[in-house]
Amino acid sequence: MKRVLLSLWLALLLTPLNAKEAVPVAQDPALEARLNRLAKELRCLVCQNESLADSQADLAADLRREIREMMRQGKSDAEITRYLTDRYGDFVLYRPPLKSTTWLLWFGPFLLAGLAIAGFLYFLARRRKSLPDAPLSPEEQARVEALLGQRPEEPRS
Amino acid sequence: MRARFLVPLFIFLVLVGFLWKGLSRDPREVPSPLVGKPAPTFHLPRLDAPEKIFSPSDMRGQVWLLNVWASWCVSCREEHPVLVELAKRRDVPLIGLNYKDQRPAALAWLERFGNPYHLSVSDADGRVGIDYGVYGVPETYVIDRAGIIRMKHIGPVTPEVLDTKILPLVAELSK
Repeated sequence: MKRVLLSLWLALLLTPLNAKEAVPVAQDPALEARLNRLAKELRCLVCQNESLADSQADLAADLRREIREMMRQGKSDAEITRYLTDRYGDFVLYRPPLKSTTWLLWFGPFLLAGLAIAGFLYFLARRRKSLPDAPLSPEEQARVEALLGQRPEEPRS
Repeated sequence: MRARFLVPLFIFLVLVGFLWKGLSRDPREVPSPLVGKPAPTFHLPRLDAPEKIFSPSDMRGQVWLLNVWASWCVSCREEHPVLVELAKRRDVPLIGLNYKDQRPAALAWLERFGNPYHLSVSDADGRVGIDYGVYGVPETYVIDRAGIIRMKHIGPVTPEVLDTKILPLVAELSK
């Protein structure tokens, strides 16, 4: 009995340690869901391949705290994003905005694909032109038809 | 007709160019949108005397450096002797932003390694750090007479960075 009580007490003692990030969720699930949605679109500055939602970095936790606070103040997602880009630049956005410095990033792949297709079509057109339209000789014709499993027909007149 | 054989070479050279540029970039270096903008204002307690408040407006009229540091930060340890040397030369006032640190630990650090700062302020919860776009301590800002951020250096200040980038800029701004 004593041991059971002791372990229960220990368990109680240990639980808050694991609940660091979980507490706010219980407070306002809707807000946390919104935070999570927004933070998935934002890059953690410290571990740059992680989103702000996933990162365990200290700064990410601080930024989540700031975002949470701004959401409570009724700020829109656009205002919050603006707050972050004012401080960290467009780098925090996983989806960079369309502007003169980023058009190559956005349209470059389409441009490359277009060039590749154009090049391929040009190659095909030239190849077609360079191949002479040679008619098959009668022996070749017979072989083709034998291979195709057809009986040679009488040439139509 | 000969020129056709140069096409693959040309493509290869363009590729080399792109890779060269891409590989020589430092991915940790994120350009700060704050350069050219007024330094965000704050009112923070001084590390040595918490009852006194420091604000960037106290530095109006002079060129100064804001150095973000913490006793838990490993690169700050590496940077520190460079700052101590800089402080000896008295070229430019250095203000420390003690970022997310424990006050006793920060004071002990200065006691042990020397204090290059004109003064340091405590940003215990990191809010001011966020305002300055801090993401990798140490960071150093060059702020001009009008309170405009002119440069941001991320990572430890090395003697080379100091001599080739920071001090020439300070000299230029102090003219």
